Amino acid sequence: MYVSVKGGERAIEAAHALLAEERRGDPQIRELTLPQIDQQLSLAVDRVMSEGALYDRELAALAIKQARGDLIEAIFLLRAYRTTLPRLATSLPVDTARMAVRRCISATFKDIPGGQVLGPTFDYTHRLLDFSLCETKAMQQEQIAPQGEPRATAPMPPVTQLLNAEGLLEVESPGDETAPIGDLTREPMTFPTERDVRLQALARGDEGFLLALGYSTQRGYGRNHPFAGEIRMGAVTVEVQPDELPFAVEIGEIAVTECQMVNQFKGSKTTPPQFTRGYGLTFGHGERKAMAMALVDRALRCRELDEEVDSPAQDEEFVLYHCDNLEASGFVQHLKLPHYVDFQSELVMLRAMRAERAGQ
Amino acid sequence: MSDADHSYNFAYLDEQTKRMIRRAILKAVAIPGYQVPFGGREMPMPHGWGTGGIQVTASIIGPDDVLKVIDQGADDTTNAVSIRRFFAKTAGVATTTRTEEASLIQTRHRIPEKPLKAGQILVYQVPIPEPLRWLEPRETETRKMHALSEYGVMHVRLYEDIATHGRIATAYDYPVQVNDRYIMRPSPIPKFDNPKMDMNPALQLFGAGREKRIYAVPPYTKVKSLDFEDHPFEVQSWTQCCALCGAKDSFLDEIITSDQGDRMFVCSDSDYCQDRQAAGQRREAAE
Repeated sequence: MYVSVKGGERAIEAAHALLAEERRGDPQIRELTLPQIDQQLSLAVDRVMSEGALYDRELAALAIKQARGDLIEAIFLLRAYRTTLPRLATSLPVDTARMAVRRCISATFKDIPGGQVLGPTFDYTHRLLDFSLCETKAMQQEQIAPQGEPRATAPMPPVTQLLNAEGLLEVESPGDETAPIGDLTREPMTFPTERDVRLQALARGDEGFLLALGYSTQRGYGRNHPFAGEIRMGAVTVEVQPDELPFAVEIGEIAVTECQMVNQFKGSKTTPPQFTRGYGLTFGHGERKAMAMALVDRALRCRELDEEVDSPAQDEEFVLYHCDNLEASGFVQHLKLPHYVDFQSELVMLRAMRAERAGQ
Repeated sequence: MSDADHSYNFAYLDEQTKRMIRRAILKAVAIPGYQVPFGGREMPMPHGWGTGGIQVTASIIGPDDVLKVIDQGADDTTNAVSIRRFFAKTAGVATTTRTEEASLIQTRHRIPEKPLKAGQILVYQVPIPEPLRWLEPRETETRKMHALSEYGVMHVRLYEDIATHGRIATAYDYPVQVNDRYIMRPSPIPKFDNPKMDMNPALQLFGAGREKRIYAVPPYTKVKSLDFEDHPFEVQSWTQCCALCGAKDSFLDEIITSDQGDRMFVCSDSDYCQDRQAAGQRREAAE
């Protein structure tokens, strides 16, 4: 008898139960705690916060645990939760020049004010599996004296300021500061977009997609001759200016990674030759994403800089409509849902067309 | 209802969001077939699972509504079950599988076989709202084309189909013109269902969540499937009838019943089929 689609409700419940069991894995193995994920899978937490567009380490750790380590699924959980949150205030722009720097490097100058600070980076590690990590050490053995450099206390001015002094770098215009900042989570995107909405879309965008697009600009698809002017990572304070007070109030500190890409520009009719910029920012330590974002941001400024638009990374509809991994993942995976009605319609048509052809 | 969850707002969305969506719906009703951009939210289901339809339903549903949810015409497909449970949980509304009892019907890929009545609302889940999308990938261009009623490319495409295949080779999501003005995608319903849209007494709302668009066909509005005088629009037909209820007038799904490829045809609309089966049994009992 015809039962293939019956019992959907029971099937869903059984699938959920099985999923919960799979998530937990072997009960003989101790369960992961949220602080463990936060502390020891911190870069996963950073990515989930960035693309989930919500700065909350504990919730991001929870999402990673619930998603069994599938980061896009974890980003989804965080985003769905984020939608339900009220908006209490809009912060003032964070000032990354006043960052408590943990890492700050420039590829354009040998030395920079405050010095090059490597910080916790994979960059010069040899990617050899460290078998000593196979065994978990007892707590006491692990307590090693901190080896890292003390945090730079004096604010480190951004490297880009040095170039600015000579007028070699384009001046970043804040635009109309009274104009409301676009928010694509409230208003649908309309094209052509402004840079605020573009940067927001890229900041929420999928790291892998932006990485590939940024890479494509380096291989000639919209080449813009980038230099990593500065990459800095550390803590910045978040301030809000309440209506009833004449001064801003510090509400907390967040870790961010910022990338200022400096790009060659031959000049146009109205502008002398100078360096232009691409900008990238992520929550936590997200250097790869911040750099890719800066490359794509610069590529998307082609219209404003009067450059020819001929590559995918320069095409804002292409980039911005496809960079969101929740939209992409959902639509690709919805192909799993039943499509029998459409398929049946195609079958009927195909049979009719074949019959007609056979009859000819 | 006892299983309602009160830790979220009624029907999940906050009231400000519902108001924004209702405004978009009002605009959509005022300009039949026009795609209204709206600030689509992230829902707790993935895009592609009906987030647009769910947002429309969440914005218009009230505590007295009776909700029916179908996917592929059936109430018991997994995603229909999941969406129905979502609203039973977040809004505590009554649900039904009977077309005539529902005040609100959310659907994916079908229009119910039983004619809808005035006062009913049909909410479609829409994957790609733009009918010109396969002809022009750019939103900036397609919006201009709609504004100028520049629909020549669509007719050229249909003509090319006829030139190549001898017929218009579109079996579902068949383009329509609404109220003699906007060309509209009816969502991936089979073209079999297209005639049901025309002059329908019910309000038809379309929600595309990922693409952040809402559009509408108000009650008793002309909806014409695109065609040519010498190649008029026609719907699918089957030589078989439904193996369960004997219907000859419904859309049939093909079910493969054995490894040898034996197959049977049954109604895709489960409510229609069950009603007919029950009526048939009553007739037999009376005889």
